[in-house]
Amino acid sequence: MTGPDMTKRGTAGPAAAGPAVAGPMLEVSDLHVQIAARHGTVRAVDGVSLEVAGGEALGLVGESGSGKSMTLRAILGVLPPEARITSGQIVLDGVDLVPLSNSDLNHIRGPKMSMVFQEPMSALNPVMRVGHQIAEGPRVHMGYSRSKAAERALELMRRVGIPDPERRFRAYPHEFSGGMRQRVMIAIALSCDPEIILCDEPTTALDVTIQDQILRLLARLCADSGVSLIFVTHDLPVVAQLCQRVAVMYGGQLVETGDVREVLLDPRHPYTLGLVRSAPDVEYVRNSLVAIPGSPPSLVTPPSGCRFHPRCEFAEEDCKVQPTPLRELPGGSRSRATACLHYERCQDAVAADRVGP
Amino acid sequence: MTAAAGQPGGPGTGAALDGAAGVTGTAPLLSAAGVAVSFAVGSALAARVRQQQRLLRAVDGVDLALARGEALALVGESGSGKSTLALALAGLRSVDQGEIRFDGRVLPTRRSRADQRRIQMVFQDPYSSLNPRLTVGGMLRELLRVHHIVPSGEVEAYSTELLTLVGLGPDALPAYPRQFSGGQRQRVAIARALALRPDILVADEPVSALDVSVQATILNLLRDLRGELGLTLLLISHNLAVVRHLCDRVAVMYLGRIVEVAPTEQLFSNPRHPYTKGLLAAIPRLADSASSQITAADSGPAVAGDMPSALRIPAGCRFRTRCPIAQEICETADPALTQDIGAPAHQAACHFAFTAAPSAAALAAPAAAAPPAVAPGVPRQQQRKD
Repeated sequence: MTGPDMTKRGTAGPAAAGPAVAGPMLEVSDLHVQIAARHGTVRAVDGVSLEVAGGEALGLVGESGSGKSMTLRAILGVLPPEARITSGQIVLDGVDLVPLSNSDLNHIRGPKMSMVFQEPMSALNPVMRVGHQIAEGPRVHMGYSRSKAAERALELMRRVGIPDPERRFRAYPHEFSGGMRQRVMIAIALSCDPEIILCDEPTTALDVTIQDQILRLLARLCADSGVSLIFVTHDLPVVAQLCQRVAVMYGGQLVETGDVREVLLDPRHPYTLGLVRSAPDVEYVRNSLVAIPGSPPSLVTPPSGCRFHPRCEFAEEDCKVQPTPLRELPGGSRSRATACLHYERCQDAVAADRVGP
Repeated sequence: MTAAAGQPGGPGTGAALDGAAGVTGTAPLLSAAGVAVSFAVGSALAARVRQQQRLLRAVDGVDLALARGEALALVGESGSGKSTLALALAGLRSVDQGEIRFDGRVLPTRRSRADQRRIQMVFQDPYSSLNPRLTVGGMLRELLRVHHIVPSGEVEAYSTELLTLVGLGPDALPAYPRQFSGGQRQRVAIARALALRPDILVADEPVSALDVSVQATILNLLRDLRGELGLTLLLISHNLAVVRHLCDRVAVMYLGRIVEVAPTEQLFSNPRHPYTKGLLAAIPRLADSASSQITAADSGPAVAGDMPSALRIPAGCRFRTRCPIAQEICETADPALTQDIGAPAHQAACHFAFTAAPSAAALAAPAAAAPPAVAPGVPRQQQRKD
């Protein structure tokens, strides 16, 4: 992982060493996704720029309707039919995916990137044996023979911790528990040695002990094979456990990015602060949870200026008029940025929070 | 101290009742003794041919007591029977065995309207638990009329009062459920439950269908209502963080049984059952994420494996298939819920709950002699990896 040519990997295969790759693996710049609806155009994703380095796990958090799942679907090229990318670039390993046709994308989905969905039962084929579902990718994309692909499937099942893979190979998804189905999904996602796996709330439907098992599995895979992750969730503690970096979305835009510990423990955007304050935490019991007042903005007619200003306790007149792009924070670590004009007030609020309870 | 293995109906001791009385010094408001609820599964024809019905024992011998004014949490994974137990306590499901007492009186299977009124429920999904064809006012009017809560002239005023109590104004009266957001609907559901002036509010996962920022408002509301109305609260949740914020005592359920009951802080600081320990270790933590971040060279998961099916409950201790400290005795003897000598409010159903935890050295010997399905002390995940 030393030569500069290593940024462009020739063949699909597990990374030889650790996560250090020069330059980002995936770079999304100024992405806009719009959905045509009866009551107007919904600007679901409105100018999102992201970077994910090789072997890095990025958490993408926000409430429902913040555009986090749409961003993920745009990257994978599986937007719903009424939605389309209106501008922006999605560069994966040097190739811009936006202008590519669906059949071109089919050569990239699988060997280069894959996805793990929230509901494994609706993402898996209910009438196909799980072994064959895992083996399908290697057969199609890597030209494996039937027996070689089956061997690969067994190896993957072992790797994701499915017990007794020889017997389980011939089972159907309904014979598996929720956690085991999610392991199957992960095995399918891994089957063609992708460089990045997109995870859309993969543990939200699972029990806490199973969630813990799946998070550990993902962390281990990241570390062992150098695969990158984008992990979409609304659960801040999950992000804190798995990801190195986090990006917070609100109303279709990014409002804060940076190192996961810095952002979640010392937020510099009032929305992030609100999320942290409103989530009950087992370690940190407060008298009262502080909810964010109001409700999420309309994406058809978003508020002027900063989209969070109608709900923000620190909002000033300038927040209502000035657009608020992400700006790098002085003195912060790599890509520590906030969209807030008055971020220093968060700093004071966080300091006050620490003294309080 | 150990009940016979695999007996449906469970330990049926009075320990749980004593425990609650110890906390408050009064008789419990609501108590369950040896409660069991099961469902017949599979086709009736197959059952006739085989001459036996397959039974899913959702709740399998539960003793539980709820003191007046306390907030008790019932936690556990999906399939642990917590929701079924809640339905049984609220009288929405009949029990197969055991009895439920309210204020010392045994509640019959078919409850009178007056008895139903005493225990009210709030459900998880406010989108499906409210009648879409009824306005909020109409919904409350019907309830108040059927149960004769207030004279007909005061219905309007009382409804307004209720809605104000849950943070909605009188404007909500003529509105239909579809006109509200998820958080507001849950407020309507709470107002509906409170309309009958119940003694006990049973809330089954009241916030898990809501967004994080809205969850906080509902949790704060439940806490405030407890203070204002002196409500007794039974909160069912899988989220231990929510529980810690709201409840005085916690009961942990696993596969139809209560495996540990303790005052909240005691349970979090000093869990005694290995399942509770695993459950607590599995919670992702926000605070101090530096120490909690999963690293490459990590130990195994907090609890290995999946919960067995309620159709095939393991003999002996039902947690032994996933337990890191399981011994030979766990395969044969079903541990009863027993009290801690020092703190009688703390009970756990584990053979080793209140003895010194078996050390790693002590564990090695029996493991070598007769290796069980899962070697004790070594999480299954790790074994697989090798």
